[in-house]
Amino acid sequence: MLDYKHPEPPQQDKRWKMVRAEMRRHGYSPHALIQVLHAVQSAFGYLDNESLRYVAQALRVPLSRVYGVATFYHYFTLKPLGEHLCVVCTGTACYIKGVPQLLTAMKDEFGIGLEETTANRKLSVTSARCVGACGLAPVVVVDNEAHGNLTPDDLVSRLKEVTEK
Amino acid sequence: MIHEMLEELGSGIAKEREKTKHEIRVCTAAGCMSNGADKVLGAFQSELKERKQTACKAKGVGCMGPCAGGPVVVTHPDNRMHHKVEVSDVPAIIDSIGAAAYTARQVSTDTPFYKRQQKIVLENCSSLDPERLEDYIAHDGYQGLAHVLSEMSSSEVIQEIMASGLRGRGGAGYPTGLKWSTVAKAGGRKKYVVCNADEGDPGAFMDRSVLESDPHRVIEGMAIAAVAVGAEEGYLYVRAEYPLAISRLHKAIRQAERAGVLGKRMLGSTHDFHVQIRLGAGAFVCGEETALLASIEGKAGKPRPRPPYPAESGLWGYSTLINNVETFASIPAIIKNGGDWYASIGTESSKGTKVFALAGSVTNTGLIEVPMGISLREIVFDIGGGVPDGRSFKAVQTGGPSGGCIPAEHLDTPVDFENLAKLGSIMGSGGMIVMDDTANMIDVARYFMEFSMTESCGKCVPCRVGTVHMYNLLGDILDGKATAKDLALLEELCDVTRTASLCGLGQSAPNPVVSTLQYFRSEYDALLVEEAPAVPAAKE
Repeated sequence: MLDYKHPEPPQQDKRWKMVRAEMRRHGYSPHALIQVLHAVQSAFGYLDNESLRYVAQALRVPLSRVYGVATFYHYFTLKPLGEHLCVVCTGTACYIKGVPQLLTAMKDEFGIGLEETTANRKLSVTSARCVGACGLAPVVVVDNEAHGNLTPDDLVSRLKEVTEK
Repeated sequence: MIHEMLEELGSGIAKEREKTKHEIRVCTAAGCMSNGADKVLGAFQSELKERKQTACKAKGVGCMGPCAGGPVVVTHPDNRMHHKVEVSDVPAIIDSIGAAAYTARQVSTDTPFYKRQQKIVLENCSSLDPERLEDYIAHDGYQGLAHVLSEMSSSEVIQEIMASGLRGRGGAGYPTGLKWSTVAKAGGRKKYVVCNADEGDPGAFMDRSVLESDPHRVIEGMAIAAVAVGAEEGYLYVRAEYPLAISRLHKAIRQAERAGVLGKRMLGSTHDFHVQIRLGAGAFVCGEETALLASIEGKAGKPRPRPPYPAESGLWGYSTLINNVETFASIPAIIKNGGDWYASIGTESSKGTKVFALAGSVTNTGLIEVPMGISLREIVFDIGGGVPDGRSFKAVQTGGPSGGCIPAEHLDTPVDFENLAKLGSIMGSGGMIVMDDTANMIDVARYFMEFSMTESCGKCVPCRVGTVHMYNLLGDILDGKATAKDLALLEELCDVTRTASLCGLGQSAPNPVVSTLQYFRSEYDALLVEEAPAVPAAKE
């Protein structure tokens, strides 16, 4: 056990440094699994098989449990997302104030629904269970910037602006 | 010694305050931030610098309540509130200080929205900079902790909390003092204090606002709890969807540890208390306490049967105290003013105040804090300003997917834990969504059922299967394909899911259906179709 070495990351990629820092902060403890997966996802945008395997080895957790946790929580995604991310709030206030209309407008314009990515990998649409800005309903978060009181036209033009940049 | 240490920490800002005659307070909670409050604050600061005004300072503060009017700017001490401030308004607002008001953006604060509220948990939100420990200390922060560390025994603290009658603000309303005393009496080598900030209810943003506006207050509450029950480690479990709250909490913990307020030998006493932040990952069920503990342990957040309650066997088998953000945020005020003072507010069974997030079809959306026992009518029509666009009020939904819809005829009910339960809803964590006459109640019920269905963790059958079938039946009713038989089946399923589910999610998932059936049955009946006569099987 004394000569135990932590496994090396799957690729030579600088982003793994952030992940390793997070592991070190928690002393490579198995309890830190969710925190480490957060770090991987914030560094790479999603969790692929290779990184799941690496996290399992580094934290000495069965791969099945890592996969179980990664699929249990909605926040983690196993598929790469598009260049731009549009998070639609589907909380009660937003629902009542017209999120279904926003979704139809997006479907008509970009041909994608919730949890889908356009064919050219420009735009992904995901949902969040309430972003906590109910006073501004309906709310859509485009690339980490929240937009409130949106009409379908506002949203489509905003998204066009972002994706065509 | 303990009090001197705090005094020294607060002295710097006290001097600073003597020099400033005016303060421009810009709300920097998430609602206003998304409307550009950070740009407005930056504009104020650079404009003041340019004008070399040292007697006037601009600072970011926490949520002031009227979230729909963001970015909100208040000038202090003349107390003029401005809504929807843009960068171009900045010079005019600075000019208006000590002079005639800038009427283009100013709104009156002499309205029921402000007058009917009573702020305890939110008392500092509109005046302190959430990113500065010194500012919190200058607002009498950590005085409660200092008092507990220097003058009170653990049993005295618990006595005080019991006397206050405070009940858990996460929804169930379990007496906080009782919970604390159970954990204090429990044995074991270690104990933990956990703060549940996994605010998953759609339509609720009280905890987010408190964490963003006054993070030190929650930490102080946790530290007092740790001293009272004898814990040395704590976890703050926060939703990953609240990045601003997370970064402010990280900052607050770092500042408090550096200043010696938190961590090893808090404030020079013999008590240690370390707090760590754990991020949720978008699972509603993690708001259930046993699921939350599983998630902190790095596992999939699935609940387990209780007993044993976390107070006996929680994190890694050790006795664990779990309370909600708002509960912890109430503690410093109770210690400072005494349990009897807190018990004098509210009703017989529910003491103190409650923070609500008011949203939906209501004129004043935002964050409010009211004494328990206030009527729903006062909340919706006086504080909320009624339903906009000439629509009429139909129902108010409380408690999120676990709660129910309360119709107009029950608007005069005083709000407390028991009364809401009697109406078929729950207090919940405090989300309140107002619906106008355009809302289709069956669609609302289906929306919540869809939520419970997706968020069900799948561990127990009644919840996993029941929610899916209830969702499908509600869909059939909406599509005009259901018969009276289907409705009877839906009611039966509600009963089974409620009685047989493992945790609160399943037990309360039928509530939206049951309450809409109770008050809006005619809407369901109108959509039912006659049963088609049985078609005999065709013969070859």
